[in-house]
Amino acid sequence: MSVVEDRSLQGAAGAKRPIRLFRNPMAKIASIPMILTAMVVFVGGTLWTVVHSFSGSKLLPRLNWVGFDQYERLWETPRWLISISNLALYGICSLILTLTIGFVLAALLDRKIRGEGVFRTIFLYPFALSFVVTGIAWQWILNPDFGLQNLVREWGWESFVFNPLNDPDTVMFGLLIAGIWQGSGLIMCIMLAGLRGIDEDIWKAARVDGIGTVKTYIRIVIPMMRPVFITSLVLIASGIIKLYDLVVAQTNGGPGISSEVPAKYVIEYMFRAQNLGQGFAASTMMLVSVVIILIPWAYLEFGKGMRIMHFLGMIALVLLTLAGFVAVVVAWSFSLSLLLPLVGFLICAGALTAYLRFVKGHIQHG
Amino acid sequence: MADIAMTGPRGPKPKKRFSRTNIFLYGTLIMISMYYLLPLYVMIVTSLKGMPEIRLGNVFGPPLEITYEPWVKAWSEACTGVNCDGLSRGFWNSVNILIPSVVLSIAIASVNGYALSNWKFKGSEVFFTILILGAFIPYQTMIYPIVIMLREIGLMGDLGGLVLVHSVFGMPILTLLFRNYFTSVPEELFKAARVDGAGFWRIYFQIMLPMALPIFVVAVILQVTGIWNDFLFGVIYTKPATYPMTVQLNNIVNSVQGVKEYNVNMAATLLTGLVPLVIYFLSGKLFVRGIAAGAVKG
Repeated sequence: MSVVEDRSLQGAAGAKRPIRLFRNPMAKIASIPMILTAMVVFVGGTLWTVVHSFSGSKLLPRLNWVGFDQYERLWETPRWLISISNLALYGICSLILTLTIGFVLAALLDRKIRGEGVFRTIFLYPFALSFVVTGIAWQWILNPDFGLQNLVREWGWESFVFNPLNDPDTVMFGLLIAGIWQGSGLIMCIMLAGLRGIDEDIWKAARVDGIGTVKTYIRIVIPMMRPVFITSLVLIASGIIKLYDLVVAQTNGGPGISSEVPAKYVIEYMFRAQNLGQGFAASTMMLVSVVIILIPWAYLEFGKGMRIMHFLGMIALVLLTLAGFVAVVVAWSFSLSLLLPLVGFLICAGALTAYLRFVKGHIQHG
Repeated sequence: MADIAMTGPRGPKPKKRFSRTNIFLYGTLIMISMYYLLPLYVMIVTSLKGMPEIRLGNVFGPPLEITYEPWVKAWSEACTGVNCDGLSRGFWNSVNILIPSVVLSIAIASVNGYALSNWKFKGSEVFFTILILGAFIPYQTMIYPIVIMLREIGLMGDLGGLVLVHSVFGMPILTLLFRNYFTSVPEELFKAARVDGAGFWRIYFQIMLPMALPIFVVAVILQVTGIWNDFLFGVIYTKPATYPMTVQLNNIVNSVQGVKEYNVNMAATLLTGLVPLVIYFLSGKLFVRGIAAGAVKG
């Protein structure tokens, strides 16, 4: 591609053919920051971390090889296991709820209502706020002595209990309320753009055929909006793995360590516990999970017909299912509340099956 | 179309204003709006109450006696550790971080986008793909190597270091934004300028830059909210004296020592959220466009 481009430019510049590397030197000089960022920070930094995760670095990074020791220790640390199961619970709930709420809100706003702009502004404004602000605001509302719980008790329901932030079993749901409040507006916006992109004739045809509104949404509109859903999915998923500020501001991992998340684990081990090796191993695990999620998506987006992507995608799915099993077993053996990961896993498995079928259909069509 | 309109009434039958679906529709929307508006309302109300009133009443009640003292206290007296000069310090730190970061990141990204769409060279697409994929890598995997790099160039703990970090991590999304925009500019324009003998920078400054003003506004909105709301980089790459506002807010609110002054905390929270909120309400559709541009392709 670049050859064609260069030739056309060269025609204007003159007949003499300069050395390839020095052609358009300014464009290359101007791209140096981008190249440095991509190669040194993104690729170099990531590789550096992965390599050092096999070392026994403590206070300072050193390259004394210890093999998989850090990973073994990581998967034996209850704090990490709690972090993982917390993130899984938060992730699955957040994914389902954000997608549902985002779509329902967008569908409601798309019903040609008055004051659409006002409603949209209201739903989206939390997205402008930082997670720290979000976390502190909800920490205050969920405060047991002054917040919602107190209000309902004042209304006369004396035994009412709604105190998620101080209860290890439900603290993740306290975070979830805040997280969804902050992020669902964005998904609504994307969904609304997707809905607006659907041809008005589809609706007319559905009406002529006597299909109800809800059925039209479920049977026709949602399948048509598949790319929008996938984009939202990737967006939410990549946000979930970054979950850090909200936890720090709202619960700081408490009560105890019951609302720890992987991102926080990494930061704590790197900068507070002075155990760099653990931090590197944990961050490498985060990277691996992102890669596993990204490969099927990259396949769908860019790799249509590429056998290797298909193969990698299948491996990723198998790994994901295995990881689900491991999560259940781990939760079992640590007798964390068993029900939650199990339900989570069932949902996960259901989603996977659907996804698999979808990928299969995709291959047959394209 | 016009002659059809003459033949008879067309379009759907006029709907009743208070049909059952409409009541359901607006009812649901208003209920959901309450959930979204509740925290803002509670924050404002709490920040205007005195502490005795907070202890007695409920969080949702409007203030009986409006006092602005918590705001003053949050701005100039609230303590983080030994410093008791309030959030103002964090605010100015954030401003000092924000302005150079926004300028630098947008300058770099716009030139990148321009080079990527009009001056492709061998490997440029590869670097761009890596850049975009890099946006998905968890920050945690790159945080420590960056600490080392900043230490090497002597910017660790300095505002300059944080500016660099923001420019680096803002680059993928902004480059994408600008690349998509410059690709949509007709190529003839670029070629004509080339024929007239304009070079890389001249075309950029005299043709592309003036045309891309709307996308610059979108990028500014995106970056201002993103950088102002950052917490992770602020807490890692600065020292207590240069903490940005979000970090300082968290330290004020979640400090363990002292009596909790909820009204001051809420005033501080609102102060921190004020900048992005003002931008959001002022920019309206451009904000939506910014996040949509960032989202749909990212």
